[in-house]
Amino acid sequence: MEQKPLKKIDIIFGWDDNCTPIQVVEKSVKKTPESIILDMIDSGLKGRGGAGFPTGLKWKFARNEEADAKYVVCNADEGEPGTFKDREILDRVPEKIFAGMTICAFVVGALEGYIYVRGEYNFMLKTLQQKIDIFNQQLHDLKIDFHIYLRSGSGAYVCGEESALFESMEGKRGEPRNKPPYPTVSGYNGKPTVINNVETLVYTSEICRMGPEQFKALGTHDSRGSKVFSVSGDTPIAGIYELELGMPLKDFVDEFGDGDTKAIQVGGASGHCVPRKKFNDTIIGFEGIPTGGSMMIFNSSRSMYNVLHDYLEFFTEESCGQCTPCRIGCQQLLKGIEAVKKGERPPTYLNDLKRLTATMKIAAKCGLGQSVANPFTSIVDNFREEIIY
Amino acid sequence: MVNLKINNTPIQVEEGTTILDAAKRLNFRIPTLCNHPDLSVAGNCRVCVVEVKGARLLAASCATPVSEGMEVNTNSEKVRIARKHVLELLLSEHNADCTKCFKNGHCELQELASEYRYGDHIFIDLVKSGDKVLDISSPSITKDASKCIRCQRCVRTCTELQAVSALAVVHKGDHQTISTFLGKPLNDVVCTNCGQCINRCPTGALYERNYIEDVWHAIYDPNKFVVVETAPATRVALGEDLGIETGQRVTGKMVSALRKMGFNKVLDTDFTADLTILEEGTELLTRLKKALVDKDETVKLPMMTSCSPGWVKFQEHIFPELLDNLSTCKSPQQMFGALAKTYYADKINIKAENMVVVSIMPCTAKKFECNRSEMRDSGFKDVDYVLTTRELAMMIKQAGIEFDKLEDESYDNILGESTGAAVIFGTTGGVMEAALRTAYEIITGSEVPFTNLNIKPVRGMEGVKEASIKIKNTKPEWSFLEGVELNVAVAHGLANAKQLMETVSSGKSNYHFIEVMGCPGGCIGGGGQPIPTSAEIRKRRADAIYAEDMGKTIRKSHENPEVVEVYKEYLTQPLGHKSHELLHTHYKVRKRY
Repeated sequence: MEQKPLKKIDIIFGWDDNCTPIQVVEKSVKKTPESIILDMIDSGLKGRGGAGFPTGLKWKFARNEEADAKYVVCNADEGEPGTFKDREILDRVPEKIFAGMTICAFVVGALEGYIYVRGEYNFMLKTLQQKIDIFNQQLHDLKIDFHIYLRSGSGAYVCGEESALFESMEGKRGEPRNKPPYPTVSGYNGKPTVINNVETLVYTSEICRMGPEQFKALGTHDSRGSKVFSVSGDTPIAGIYELELGMPLKDFVDEFGDGDTKAIQVGGASGHCVPRKKFNDTIIGFEGIPTGGSMMIFNSSRSMYNVLHDYLEFFTEESCGQCTPCRIGCQQLLKGIEAVKKGERPPTYLNDLKRLTATMKIAAKCGLGQSVANPFTSIVDNFREEIIY
Repeated sequence: MVNLKINNTPIQVEEGTTILDAAKRLNFRIPTLCNHPDLSVAGNCRVCVVEVKGARLLAASCATPVSEGMEVNTNSEKVRIARKHVLELLLSEHNADCTKCFKNGHCELQELASEYRYGDHIFIDLVKSGDKVLDISSPSITKDASKCIRCQRCVRTCTELQAVSALAVVHKGDHQTISTFLGKPLNDVVCTNCGQCINRCPTGALYERNYIEDVWHAIYDPNKFVVVETAPATRVALGEDLGIETGQRVTGKMVSALRKMGFNKVLDTDFTADLTILEEGTELLTRLKKALVDKDETVKLPMMTSCSPGWVKFQEHIFPELLDNLSTCKSPQQMFGALAKTYYADKINIKAENMVVVSIMPCTAKKFECNRSEMRDSGFKDVDYVLTTRELAMMIKQAGIEFDKLEDESYDNILGESTGAAVIFGTTGGVMEAALRTAYEIITGSEVPFTNLNIKPVRGMEGVKEASIKIKNTKPEWSFLEGVELNVAVAHGLANAKQLMETVSSGKSNYHFIEVMGCPGGCIGGGGQPIPTSAEIRKRRADAIYAEDMGKTIRKSHENPEVVEVYKEYLTQPLGHKSHELLHTHYKVRKRY
């Protein structure tokens, strides 16, 4: 499998005084929407929130919809445990997000954009609003008919799911919708909506700034470009790092581990747990293990039972509760591993629970319930003894 | 049109059809729980998932529209395993004390469980317990959270059909539950007791507060004289719970069964429905006269009907500014109780304190109504117990009566005679039609200008209906109404009522008289009627009501001989002194939550 050695990159937080975000916008709106879409598709950029949908296609779908209103929404409901990169981007280079949103709006034909910030980040709303005001004024001066608004969540993890996010924005209970229709057809207020992750939007403005070639040169065939990682756990150098995609996990552990790394949880609580023995042949990218950016490092002092227990407690609480597989499934998984640990159920009960996660993966209504299988099976398969004894 | 294959059988359906409906057309039944024909699509129970070729996920068939070339399998191994898991999960959370459950035998979860016959309950028991689980505060509706499967049918019913929103989803994850405002008791919130949630609850999480044992107790008590009254809409629906086809009238069999069960007298709420027309019709004409002739600005128009206790409580909560528009007439049930324990008790020489009045109603709000403090004008509780159509069906079964084999019998007299006008009270538009048949004739001396007395514009299942009748050739005493166009409106289901009230409240309407029934379809779709319900079922019940009307010799309330008699002997005249004392009431302002 194609792979790239670990390499630190500086695109997201880099600053080009000769081409500031508003100048990128000014330059971009002189092109045709079609050519921007082609650049996006050419760049190979996929959504950085975790699901990895090709950004250019998303924009194209929304552009092709006929509607009296369209919207651009920036998903800044960064709720995945272990992810904190969007917070940093919002804090340090928000103008790049605004620029990405504006270019997107120009492409699809939207007049309004919204940034939906998770409730826990309310402390940054005031500063962010001031920066939005300045940017909106710059757009106004450039006679670009687009306005950015700020919205805040109330602390529910599920609102990071795009359709639940729309429900929340509309003032309703944050519950995922049935799909289809997808957001590009019916999103916020039932109108065609592009919803992109914070980091994705920054890359779109950077691709417009530097052209798709430079972006495309990074990464592998299936995972173009670089990605911002939130590194946490048993590491001496926790923090935010932008790395080229396609690296073997071993490189990552060598760089960030404390020398005693037992496992890495790639992609947060809803991601996969990779044990030491698989570090060598695991690629970080869409062809291997994709991630929204969270990399949690566990050394041998950690109990993987406790790790899984924590994740399941999290999902049990954060399930919106509307669909059966997720609401009750999460509770059963949690109670189930507790019962196995206490000896109230035989170790083989873990197999029953794994079958349950297989159902959750295909029958739950949204990504939340569908992805609980990831941590469960990867931890149970690789650390079965720790769960049982 | 879209072409697809379901279980290898090709089918062509209209664009937008769901997989569930397409499968139904091929006679493949897919199990459902959260889906209901009267409600918006939820797609949350996941019991209806099916496999679509090439898709990573199973699709909720109730929520997924068909697409060209789709290949669906409704019974693949993946589907069966998922369905089994979903059911097992629901059962792990469900208080499956089926033998004690009021919905035993009428539970969709139980039906599915027995269909799949899982021997091995693999999951851990998560049934909720504690003192907050059971809410018995309401005299109408009992809510048992331990039976709830969170399908949200009740929430959608309360919001979409009734615009009441007494029930809502609160909290998330393992704490997610269906709750009233701040978890207050059901009796202390905006709930109108309409019981529509019960009709759509797939399990025993919502059911009527039942008074079956109390009524048996009264029947067995040798010192009690138990009279029973039956509402118009029960006779066209009771059969459904007793093995008889939907839409069949079972009036005679019902009377026979009640007699066999041991009620001392079997009487008819239809009698007081006719009486209501006389009182309410006169009240309307009086209001019109005060407004048009006396120019009395304190008189409130449009006047609104007050037969439906769910609707009345809705007004008390949501539109208190329109309370004076409500007719002061009690509902037929309560007029009956008040007359039974006064006039009737005297007539048959029974002491009122020894009389027990039981009413059989298509309604759960009637249980609340009979407990209102205003409903004691006879000096006693006017109506002692209210049973739903469903409760009556249960009692008939308990009594070992083979209902379908019964010979038809007639109501006892007096208070047992009724007209076709009274029967149609049971469906939306019926009170309006009955009132117009009488009022028009009082004013002009001739029949309403509609073929066979059938006032078609106020019939049917449209949410809000309007009609205008030009009054011509009035009698001298009603000459002030000559040439007046009488504007009326009819609404059923509280969401429609709310919409209508908003126009009235804003002063934009020009109606004189409005009929509102709290439940979709009127009483035939009442919260106490046999389950299930759907537009089709309600239509068949309504058709039966109109057939019953056509079958009656007398079809105008003012021609009911017993009604004429009761005025002559006792009440003297509509809106007279005695009427005010026994047949009219007042309303109170309630909180908005």
